[in-house]
Amino acid sequence: MSAFRRLYGDHVLHLIVLVAALALGAYTVSVLGVDQLFNPRVWWQSIAVWFAVAVIGHDLILFPLYALVEWLLPKGRRRTDTDTSRRVPIVNYLRLPTLATALTFAMFLPGIIEQGAFTYHAATGLTQEPYLSRWLLLVAGFYLISAVCYLVRSITTRTRPAHPTTR
Amino acid sequence: MTLRRGVSVDIRSDNGNEWVHVDDRDQPPRRGFPAGLWRTLEEHPPPGLSRIRWRSPLRGPWLTSVFASALLVVLPIVIVTGLLSYIAYGPKFGQAIPGDVGWLKLPSFDWPSTPSWLYRLNQGLHVGLGLIMVPLVLAKLWSVIPRLFTWPPARSLASVLERISLLMIVGGVLFEIVTGVLNIQYDYIFGFSFYTAHYFGAWVFIAGFVSHVAIKLPKMIRSLRSRSFVAELRTSREDTVPEPLDEDGLVAPDPDPPTLSRRGILAVVGGGALLVAVLTAGQTIGGWTRQFAILLPRGRSYGDGPNDFQVNRTAASARIDPGLTGDRWRLQLLGGPGPVVLDRAALAAMPQHTVDLPIACVEGWSTVETWTGVRLADLAAAAGRPVPGSAVVSSLERFGAFNRARLQRNQVLNPDALLAFRVNGAELSPDHGYPARIIVPALPGVHCTKWVASIEFRES
Repeated sequence: MSAFRRLYGDHVLHLIVLVAALALGAYTVSVLGVDQLFNPRVWWQSIAVWFAVAVIGHDLILFPLYALVEWLLPKGRRRTDTDTSRRVPIVNYLRLPTLATALTFAMFLPGIIEQGAFTYHAATGLTQEPYLSRWLLLVAGFYLISAVCYLVRSITTRTRPAHPTTR
Repeated sequence: MTLRRGVSVDIRSDNGNEWVHVDDRDQPPRRGFPAGLWRTLEEHPPPGLSRIRWRSPLRGPWLTSVFASALLVVLPIVIVTGLLSYIAYGPKFGQAIPGDVGWLKLPSFDWPSTPSWLYRLNQGLHVGLGLIMVPLVLAKLWSVIPRLFTWPPARSLASVLERISLLMIVGGVLFEIVTGVLNIQYDYIFGFSFYTAHYFGAWVFIAGFVSHVAIKLPKMIRSLRSRSFVAELRTSREDTVPEPLDEDGLVAPDPDPPTLSRRGILAVVGGGALLVAVLTAGQTIGGWTRQFAILLPRGRSYGDGPNDFQVNRTAASARIDPGLTGDRWRLQLLGGPGPVVLDRAALAAMPQHTVDLPIACVEGWSTVETWTGVRLADLAAAAGRPVPGSAVVSSLERFGAFNRARLQRNQVLNPDALLAFRVNGAELSPDHGYPARIIVPALPGVHCTKWVASIEFRES
C-alpha cells in the first residue's frame, strides 16, 4: 500500500475528484455571494437555512416520521406459524395507499392547503379551492382500491386448495 | 446491532437454513492520518447508536445500485435541460436569471427557433422528469440511510471529504426538488428568488453528483452484477432473503422477515413514479391527458371557448389599463429611419399568417394553439430595418420583471414568428394579451410578451 493511501485513506484520484467538487461548490457560493445566503430580516427565508434543512430533511425529519408509521403497521409475527401462508398479510394493503397519500400530499401541498393564494391568483386568475377535495377523493380512491384488492386476494387465497411448498 | 470491523458474527439468514459467516478479523481497520484521532472517535460512539436495529431485509448494495442506475439516467437529463433553459432565456442579452453566474453556465449560443416544440420538450423533460424522479430519490435515500448512523463516521481524511460531498448531493437534490415543486405551484413561501436559488443550488448539486458518480460507479456496477435482475423479478416474498452482509453496512445483520419482495419494492417505487407521471404529465402533453393533472395549476379548464388555455399573468395583475387597449391602442415600430405608428386597421391590412404553435413555460406546462397575426419579419420591413440583429418588445405593462423581452435575429426572422391578434379564430382575451402578443416558435413563454406596445428593431 502506498504511503499516500496510508495517510489519506484512498486513491489519489479520489482526492482529486473530491477537491474539484468542493472547489466547484465553494465557487458556486462565491459567485452567488455569501451575503445572498442569508436574509437578515426573516431568518428562515434564507437560502442557507433551506439548504441545511434539505440536507437533514429526509434522514432526520422524514425518515423518523415514516419509520414510526411503518412501525405502527400490523406485520404479524415473525414467521413461526405455517398457517399464515393461507392468510393474506394486510401490511402492504395499508402501506401502499398510505405511501401514495403521503407522496401526493407532500408534492401537491401548496394547492391542498391553499398556500401562495395571492401569486396563484395573479398568475392564473383562478383560486386553489378545488385541490383539497380533489386530493381527498384521490386518497379515498387509493384506500378503496387497496381494500378491494385485499378482499379479492383474500377470497382467492382461501378458496384455492393449499398445496405444500416444495422448495 | 451494528456490525463492527474486527469481529466475527454468525447470522442466521431469514429463511432459516442459511448461515452467513462474517469474519473480518484478518482485516484490521485501516485508519488514515492522524490514526489516533480516528481511533479516539471510533472508541466514543454516541450513546444509543448501537441500539439502532435496521429492520428492512431488502436494503443492500444491489437494491441501492438499481435505484442509483435509474437516477443515473434521469438526473443528467434533468441537469442538462435545466442548464439549457438558462441559455433559452438569452444570457447574451442579459435576460437570463440570475444575471451574473461567472463560469457556471453552458457555453452561450443562439437558442434555435426550430423545431417549434424545442422549448416545450426541454421544459417538459426538466420539470416532468424532476417530478417523476421524486419517489426514486426518496427510495435511494431510504436505501442508504444506515450509512448516516455507522460509527465511526470516518476513518480517514478521504471519508471526511466524501461525507462533505454527500451533504452537497443530498442537500442539493432535495433543495432543488422542494424549490422546483413550490415554484410550479406559485408558492413562494421560501421568500428568496426562485431563479437564483434553483440555479446556484443546482451547481452545488452538480458538484456533489458528478464526484459521487465518479467515485461510486465501479461499486455500482459490481453491485448490479452481484445479483441477476431477472432472477429477482422471479423471486416471491417468501423466497426473499437479505443480500450478503456488505462492508458499507447497508445490509441489516438482524432484519425482520420480509413483508415485500425485491421485485415488490421496485414495483412500489416504479408505481410511485408512474402515479406522479399520471398526475403531472398532462400539464405538458395537453389534450385529453390534461384532465389527469388534477392537483396542478395547469390541469384546469378556463371554460369553453377559443381562449380556454393557460394564463400565466392576468391583465388585472399586470395592471393593464383597458383604456389603452381599445381604439386608442397603437403599435410603435422603432429602429428604422423614423418611428412608424400603426393602428389596428393598418395592421389588419398587412398579410395575416396562421400557424399552430406551442406556448411553453419554464414551469413545464405547455399548450398548442392556433395563432393568427402579422409576421415579425414583415413588421421589421415595415419599420425600415428588414434584417435586424435583434428586437426589443415592450408591453403596456409598466411594472413587472417580464414587461419587455429581447428577441434574437433567428427568432424575429422565423416565418412563424408572429405578433398575434387572434387565437383559435377569436380575438385574444385580455388575459392572453389583447390586443396583441408575441408568439415565437421555441421561445420561453415568458418572453412571448403580452399587451405589446412597441417593437424596437436593433442593428445588433
